[in-house]
Amino acid sequence: MPAVMTQVSWSELAEIVGKDHVRAATAADAVDGVTPQMVAEPGTAEDLARALRWAHDASLKVAPRGGGTKMGWGNPPAACDLVLSTARMNRVLEHAWADMTVIVEAGCRVADLQKALAEHGQRLALDPLWPEQATIGGILSTNDSGSLRARYGSLRDLVIGVTVALPDGTLAKSGGKVVKNVAGYDLGKLFIGGLGTLGVIVQVIFRLHPLPRASRSLSFSGTPASLNQLLLAIRSSKLTPTGLQLRAAPGGAQLDIRFDGTAAGIEAQVKQVQPMAGSVAAADAPANVWTSHQAIWNGANPALVAKFSVQPSQFAGLCASVERAAGAQSLSWSVVAQSVGAGYARLEGNEQAGGEQGLRTALVSLRDEVAKLGGTFVALGCPVAVKRGLDVWGPPSDAQPLMVRIKQRFDPDGTLNPGRFVGGI
Amino acid sequence: MENRILNEFRAIVGAAGLITEREELSTYECDGLTLFRVLPLAVLLPTSTEQVQAILRVCHREKIPFVARGSGTGLSGGALPVTNGIVITLTRMNRILEVDLASQRVVVEPGVMNLNVTARVASDGYFFAPDPSSQQVCSIGGNVAENSGGAHCLKYGFTTMHVLGMEVVLPDGSLVHLGGRTVDPPGYDLSGVFVGSEGTLGIATKVILRVMKKPEVIQVLLAAFNSTNEAGAAVSGIIAAGMLPAAIEMMDNLAIQAAEAAVHANYPNCGGLLLVELDGPAPEVETLMDEVAEVCTKCGAWEIRVAQSDAERARVWKGRKAAFAAVGRISPAYIVQDGVIPRTALPHVMSEIVRLSSEVGLRVANVFHAGDGNLHPLVLYDDAVPGQVKVAEKLAGDILRLCIKAGGSITGEHGVGEEKKAFMAEMYAEPDLATMQLVRCAFDPENLSNPEKIFPRPRLCGERPGVYEPHPLEVAGVAERF
Repeated sequence: MPAVMTQVSWSELAEIVGKDHVRAATAADAVDGVTPQMVAEPGTAEDLARALRWAHDASLKVAPRGGGTKMGWGNPPAACDLVLSTARMNRVLEHAWADMTVIVEAGCRVADLQKALAEHGQRLALDPLWPEQATIGGILSTNDSGSLRARYGSLRDLVIGVTVALPDGTLAKSGGKVVKNVAGYDLGKLFIGGLGTLGVIVQVIFRLHPLPRASRSLSFSGTPASLNQLLLAIRSSKLTPTGLQLRAAPGGAQLDIRFDGTAAGIEAQVKQVQPMAGSVAAADAPANVWTSHQAIWNGANPALVAKFSVQPSQFAGLCASVERAAGAQSLSWSVVAQSVGAGYARLEGNEQAGGEQGLRTALVSLRDEVAKLGGTFVALGCPVAVKRGLDVWGPPSDAQPLMVRIKQRFDPDGTLNPGRFVGGI
Repeated sequence: MENRILNEFRAIVGAAGLITEREELSTYECDGLTLFRVLPLAVLLPTSTEQVQAILRVCHREKIPFVARGSGTGLSGGALPVTNGIVITLTRMNRILEVDLASQRVVVEPGVMNLNVTARVASDGYFFAPDPSSQQVCSIGGNVAENSGGAHCLKYGFTTMHVLGMEVVLPDGSLVHLGGRTVDPPGYDLSGVFVGSEGTLGIATKVILRVMKKPEVIQVLLAAFNSTNEAGAAVSGIIAAGMLPAAIEMMDNLAIQAAEAAVHANYPNCGGLLLVELDGPAPEVETLMDEVAEVCTKCGAWEIRVAQSDAERARVWKGRKAAFAAVGRISPAYIVQDGVIPRTALPHVMSEIVRLSSEVGLRVANVFHAGDGNLHPLVLYDDAVPGQVKVAEKLAGDILRLCIKAGGSITGEHGVGEEKKAFMAEMYAEPDLATMQLVRCAFDPENLSNPEKIFPRPRLCGERPGVYEPHPLEVAGVAERF
């Protein structure tokens, strides 16, 4: 029954997606060290669904791919034969600006979508990582977000409809192009953050927001503890920032706050926030401050970037834990946290430090410490060797058996991204 | 129901928690949608998660279908009992378990009333944002089941955006925790899937809610227009100007008359009434309120009032919040619908509603959440006139079809329930529905949890769904029952 690879008739795939859109994979297509055989780029949702079904019927394992910026997230795949790329499915299909909705294909790059929306003074109120490369399908599958989340929520709050292709070739949609809709189950929720393990997202409908009329950002400098207090005070005030972020590194810590809206509204809020900070110094924030969540991924040495999620009141404690764990392994560290409670921590080795073993030891101890706080600490970017033998997602919850049942219903033969998701899903 | 099972249920919830007398059972034979009635075999009123688990274990073993029920205010028959099934009422699980204002979390049992959450945190300046019109009596468990909205979800979103996690008893009696106190827990967002599943995936026994800080200033503007089209143009103008009000509500003349008759809201007698609520920092609200007034004037508003104090605002909202019930003053009976359309389709859909209603000779009063295109047409009829209820039901159904055709939805906040399941096959294609069934089968393979709701054609979970092949729709037959 298991198909021997030599028996796979790739010409059938070429017939489905067109012979110019199938090619042999290279090392650059590897997913965490697992190199697929082929890469296919279907041009339509229907072709993608047919290609997926063909791969399923041929017992091939499939990794969906958008811009390819986050292919290293998750556990290394148990197997990967075919990369199914959405790169050609990149159209903005309908921007109903008066209704503030947009229908977009999954392979559209985030920055391209934003550019199209800006023509009518609107935006997708989300600032994910690497918007120039990342695609809509990719940010959904990884549930990516940034500082705008403080005001506009995450993808689960912005997606109003999805169309997905399942391994049996079914194309299914849920939701629609109205912002308010409770008809049927919300399948979008399953696919946001599902890491492409249930199906391939082919089309998404978003609710949109107006571009801000004006914007101003401030940064406060202090200790993680004093800035955590200020962050909580701002959260419990009547201020309505659209970004509130805590940054910390051995050199010190900053709290960044952004106000959008009318000039008068911004000015009034700036006046209110300054006395709240007391003796903590404020300055206009540098222009790149809101891409700090992206900058934390940059560096030359072997490093680990983890996504953590804790209560906003626990940021200072988290920074202290990261500093301790890093110190024990002679690693450098930094943290960027968004006020909703999620953020990234970076641990980086150097010539003297213990390298991959040090990163791994720090990761394991931090996972335990954050779990004790009731939070999670998920290794996203790191050398494959650091991941081996552990589940990067952390220990499974009591809902794991239910998640396995969901996976079995949607992808009974484990065609999609086998092994990459929680608990080996 | 067999005595041995009833005895087992009695042992779980106590004699005071079990209802089997016919007269008492009749209280539970319907919810807020009274057109459908089914008498349950028994009603159980558990007081703890453990009791809910024990009840569901019995149901699972004996294959007894169950329907969870909160306050019974639902408007789509979601809590309608099933024949040969039991009703599990969560009203006795009504404790607020934890208030953590530093993290803006409140943990509640499902029987807690919506408004009681806000009442508990209001003195600290917080509120729970979802505000269905029934918020004084509806329960959080019901809000979770229906993914309830309300006038202010234009800005603040629906229940799902304010639920971080929950404890759920699955239909086999096992306990799982979905979501959590912190955002983005690893794994599928099953909390997000559960909210709005209308009781078909299990029973939530604890819910972690997000509460929000009250805005600095809230103002509501009331504007009178000659027609809903003029009012609709003003809505578009407000949105196009890049504003996101907390709420934009519209009423037509018939709805205004009803509200006046019922609560003397002192609304101007006009063809289209708009309520626009703005909130936020004071200088911002003032600037934008001037802009809203300007847009309304440009679009033909001949009277504009701005309510600034809490008392004034409450008065303005009173007529709107009472609108459904108020229609009882001008008609012996009525059907409430809950369609959604892209906002820009409003003029077309409104004129079609007028055409359809005049064709059959029934009046339709219209109350909208205009900002998000959620229509609440109220089809008025006289139940004393033989056959008129059928005409009204058909008209209500035709209005839903208009919404589907306009690219909208058959329900914005009331749920599909029993009432609109036939329309699911018109709104969604067969593969869409089959894919939704995959979710149900993962949670409830025996199909015991509120079966026969939402979906027009139940599918056995043993069946493996195949690729879509068009099959003759049974729509004609099913749609008749509406």
